[in-house]
Formats: sequence, C-alpha cells, structure tokens
Amino acid sequence: MKYNELSIRNPEDLIFGTAPNPVITGRGLEIGGGLVYPELNFTLPAMKIDAEDIRPVVDHYKEIVQGALERAVDLYSNGVVLEFETLIEMTQHPEIGIELVKQMNAICENFYTNHGLKCEIRLTPNDLREFERPPLQRTSKLLEPMMELFERGAEEGGNLLSIESTGGKEISDDALMMCDMKQFIFSQAVLGVRDMKMLWKKIVDIANKTGVIPGGDTACGFGNTAMVLAEKKYIPKTFAAIARVVTVVRTLVAIEEGAKGPDKDCGYEGPFLKAITGIPISMEGKTAACAHLSPVGNIAAACTDLWSNESVQNIKLLAGMAPTVYLEQLEYDARLMNQAIKGGKADVLQLQKLFVKSDAYYDPQAFVLTPENVIRISEEIVRGGNYIDATKRGCLKALELISNGIQNGSLMHDEKEDEWINILNEDISSIPEKESDFVEMVMPTMDTSKLILSEYGL
Amino acid sequence: MSDIIEKIAYCIEFGKINKSSPYPPNMRGEDGADELTKQALDQGTDPDAILNQGMVIGMNRVGKKFSENKIFVPQMLMSAKAMSAGMEHIKPFFQSGSVKRKGVFVLGTVAGDLHDIGKNLVGMMIEGAGWEVIDLGVDVGAQKFVDSIKEHPGCVIGLSALLTTTMVNMESIVEEIRKVSAETKILVGGAPVSDDFCKKIGADNYSSDPQGAVDYLNTLVA
Repeated sequence: MKYNELSIRNPEDLIFGTAPNPVITGRGLEIGGGLVYPELNFTLPAMKIDAEDIRPVVDHYKEIVQGALERAVDLYSNGVVLEFETLIEMTQHPEIGIELVKQMNAICENFYTNHGLKCEIRLTPNDLREFERPPLQRTSKLLEPMMELFERGAEEGGNLLSIESTGGKEISDDALMMCDMKQFIFSQAVLGVRDMKMLWKKIVDIANKTGVIPGGDTACGFGNTAMVLAEKKYIPKTFAAIARVVTVVRTLVAIEEGAKGPDKDCGYEGPFLKAITGIPISMEGKTAACAHLSPVGNIAAACTDLWSNESVQNIKLLAGMAPTVYLEQLEYDARLMNQAIKGGKADVLQLQKLFVKSDAYYDPQAFVLTPENVIRISEEIVRGGNYIDATKRGCLKALELISNGIQNGSLMHDEKEDEWINILNEDISSIPEKESDFVEMVMPTMDTSKLILSEYGL
Repeated sequence: MSDIIEKIAYCIEFGKINKSSPYPPNMRGEDGADELTKQALDQGTDPDAILNQGMVIGMNRVGKKFSENKIFVPQMLMSAKAMSAGMEHIKPFFQSGSVKRKGVFVLGTVAGDLHDIGKNLVGMMIEGAGWEVIDLGVDVGAQKFVDSIKEHPGCVIGLSALLTTTMVNMESIVEEIRKVSAETKILVGGAPVSDDFCKKIGADNYSSDPQGAVDYLNTLVA
C-alpha cells in the first residue's frame, strides 16, 4: 500500500470545504479549496432510449442543464458540478454519451462566458463488464466502449472522470445477502483491489492524455447496496457499517493509481479517503433522499467538498423541473456550509458538530462517520501491511468503536443487532493476511461458476 | 402432523441444513432437514406431506418472521438452504408425479437491467412456498419469457427492474407475452415500479416486497 500515514491526523481538521490537496478544474472551480459546491446528479424520466433517434434524450439533458444553471445564477452560486452518470445505452453506444457531454458542455460554457458561473461536468460512464456473467474483468470487449466514452467524452468537456467500478460484484451480492463477511472482504480487498489497479491505470492515462482530472471511484455497488439492504431491514445495520469500512481500501487504490479527487458522491468511504490521502470528496445525504433512503442525512456533510443529490429524474414538480429544484436545495445546503466557513474555524466546527451529533447516535453506519471515528479507523487502515491486513484492521477498529459506543451510550442499542458484533469479530479475525492463504480459505465456500480468477490476475 | 414432519418444519424454520452444519448453534450435532427428510421417506411417510406439511410450513413461518422484521435475510437464506437439502430427497417423486408443486414461476430482470438481489429474494421465497422457480437471470428480453411460456404452459411470469429507463421494457415484454398468451399471469416489481404502472402496462400484480408476491401466487392456487 502506498499510504502509510494520514494526510489529516486531527479530527478537527477533517472539515467540509477544505482538503489538503484541492483540485482546480478547467473553469476554475477549486474543489476542497475553501468552498463547498453543489454537485447535481440527474437522470431521465421513465422512457426508452432509442439509439437511432436520440433527440428526445438530448432535449431532456439540455433542459436539465439549462434549468439548473439558470437557477444557480439566480442564487449567486459560487459554482456547480454536474455529474453526467450515463445510462447503460449511453456507454454501450458511446457516441450517445459523447454527444450529450458536448451539448451539456456548450451550455456550461455559455453560462461561464455570460454569467461567470464556474460549472464543470463530471463524466461517469457505466462499468459494462457486469453484463457478462461470469464477468471478464480484464479481457472483455466491453472495456472498449467504456474507454472510448472516457476519452472522447473528456475531449468534449467531461472535465472530471469517475466510475462506479464493479470488480468483485459477482461475489459481493451473495456475500451481502448471506452476511458472509469473509466473502465480502474477499470481493473487495482481493478482487476489488486487483480490478481497481487495472482499471484506474487506464482511466488515469486517458485523463493525462486529454488534460482532464481523474476524479475517483465509489463502492456504490457494494457499500450502498449494503446500506439499502440494511434500510430495508434485510441485513443488520452493524454489518452494513462494517461493509462500508471494508470498501475503503478498494476505493483507495484509485488514488494510489493517480486519481486526484473529488471522490465520487455515492461512496460513503469518502471521509476515510480524505483523511488518508487529503483529496477532496463529494458526499450525498438528506438531499439525496430523492434517490435512496439513508441513515446519514446530516453527518454525510461533515467533511464534504461537493454536496450531491445522487440522482433525480427530470420530472415536473410544483416548483419546476426536479433537477432545478434539487439544484436549489443543494445550493442552500452549500450556502449554509460556506457561511460557516466565512465565519471561521469555530463556526465550521459548530455546524459540523450539529451535522454529526444529529445522526451519529441512531445508526452504526452514521457512527463510523464521525470525524473522530473516521480518523481512528483510518489510522488502523494505514498501519496495514497489505490490503487485506489494512481492511481487517479498519474493520476490527470499527467494531471496537461501535461496541464501545453502545456500552457508553453514545450509540443506540438495538437488541436484534447484538450478536453481530461478536459474529463479525470472529469472522474478520480468522482471515489470514496473506492473499494466497485467503484465496485458499474462501474458494471452497464460493459458487466458483460465477467467478473467473484469472480475470483478476489470480 | 407427525413428529418427524414437525421436526422437518422446525429444521427449515431455523435453517438447520444437516447434521454437520453449525447453524443454528443450539442444534449443533443434531439431524437437519437433509437427514430427517431421508428418514421420513424411509419410514414410508407420504412425500407430499413432507413437502406441504413440513417444508412449506417451515418456510411459511420464516416468511412471516421476515415480514415482521424479526429476522434478517441470511436467516431466511439458511432456511432456504435447509429446504433445498430436503428437496434433494423429494425430487424423484416430482418426476414420478406422486408429488406436485403448486405451479411454475418464471422470473427475470428485464432487458438492460442487471440488478438481481431483489429478484433472487422473490424467487427464493416463492420456491419456499412450494412453487417450481425458473430463474432466467438478468438482462432478459421478451423472447425468452415467451419461450418459457411455451415450455411451461400455465406458468406465472415475474418481471423485475430497478431503473426508470428499464422499467419501460416491462411494457413491451407484457405486450409480447399477451400476443402469445393473454391469460398468463404477470407479476411486476422493483424500486421504480408502482401499482399504477402495473395497471398501465397490463400486468396482473405489483408487490412491493417478496411476501406480497407469495401471497398473490397463493391466491392463484387457493
């Protein structure tokens, strides 16, 4: 592992709006440089995408961007990031995604030129490799349209590159449903790490070639899947909280390979990455309830640099089109945080305390995100001798903090969850640190028809 | 209900697969659904009774506990595994016709969509309720569903989608199915799907959770 010490050691320095290594975009947004900006995410309403006639799709995206940026100007916004997280067809047929970037970027440029509004597009193609089962993580032809969209999309105005990569997903879904922590850690700390190394090397090369910023990844398909399952009461919240900590190491690999941030919004592993590497991050909380429920509505903002809504459909609400409405909500959240920054460190810490204290007690998934706990867990992660050791250390520290929190009354006690602390402790402690030993341990317990080890270089 | 059938129901309720399985801890070393089903058949117990008065009852209890948020999914999955272990012994009786399932349920995540956690849960619950489940997987187009209907006349179809841009594919799949079989019952589910959408596209039932799907299917054979 590249990182063996923290970039931010003091919890009081893990704050919103400021990162040790800010990122400056093409139109001058300094992310992590002392302001929080909204990051608007959007998608189509229920409709078909016809590759033969993309005009209705283009019209939707143009309407979204025009409406949102008009509102941003009216609200005197300091700047906006627009995340274009493509729908599958837009990556399968990269020419669709490229055309949409081009059209949206033209609108951004117009607002920048005429109103001085700093706005950038974060381009997030789909990881298509999931379509093949078992997936061919390294040899799939589906990597070609993904990389084409990254490269040509970057040339057309995608200034920040990101992805929700899926290495290990063929194992993790079942592992989450069975609450099998060994398999889940295998999916992330072995398969995920190996896939991230391969994939992010390619993305960083494209970013360097095209002169744009390699943003970061997110374990959305893993940590957020766990969170959504816990919200549905399908799996224990404690399991989901530890699953979140597990995802830190695999997402960290993007930064090891050259990603600069901002890390992508739907990864609540972002605060750990910020503490370890100093990159700026994007987070989503209460203003993302349009896309999914969560137990981290306020605390998610504690140390964020971009504030996101995850995704909202372009549908009409009473006030206007939903993306415009959500831009306004994000902007007011950002404005509040920026006012605190203007007031000085004491104001920042006061507002952060309210974000943190209003959520941390109610759910272990929120509890592990307090700045103090993020730093404690991150300290353990960077002590790890390798990715598996780092993951184990982080998880065991998180379990210890959760257990202590329950005992000292700072975390709500839920009887149904009790046994899981011990189950997880035993399970995680039994994992060998050597990768080959770990592979040998888990392979007999897995449905091997779902996985091709050689596609991970194993 | 005989003692051994009740024991089978109990093993399935608490996820006791076989003698060597460590779960649940309080039943370590005891026979599980695997051994007990074999013993029951050896004793001459009616396989249909083993299935419907033992296994299905056990899974019903688990489904109820799950619906009431008293247990998590992994516990339900252990029950499903216990049932599968017992079913291995019952399988030959399906082939001979002396035991019948309630029907055939064919499900899949619709074209363009790769999400399958919800689909898998629904399939498991429905299998546990005594149906034969045929899982077509993810990214499934209309033709595969139509072919399944031809292969399994009278089957019920389940369509799953998680994306707003793929739920619309449900409509075309329903249309294609109606062209070949107007009477086939079609269930739809998934995060963006609603009862209104279900009615709009001409499907027969929408359920927001797996138990709702089981309840609906049971009305078809009541």
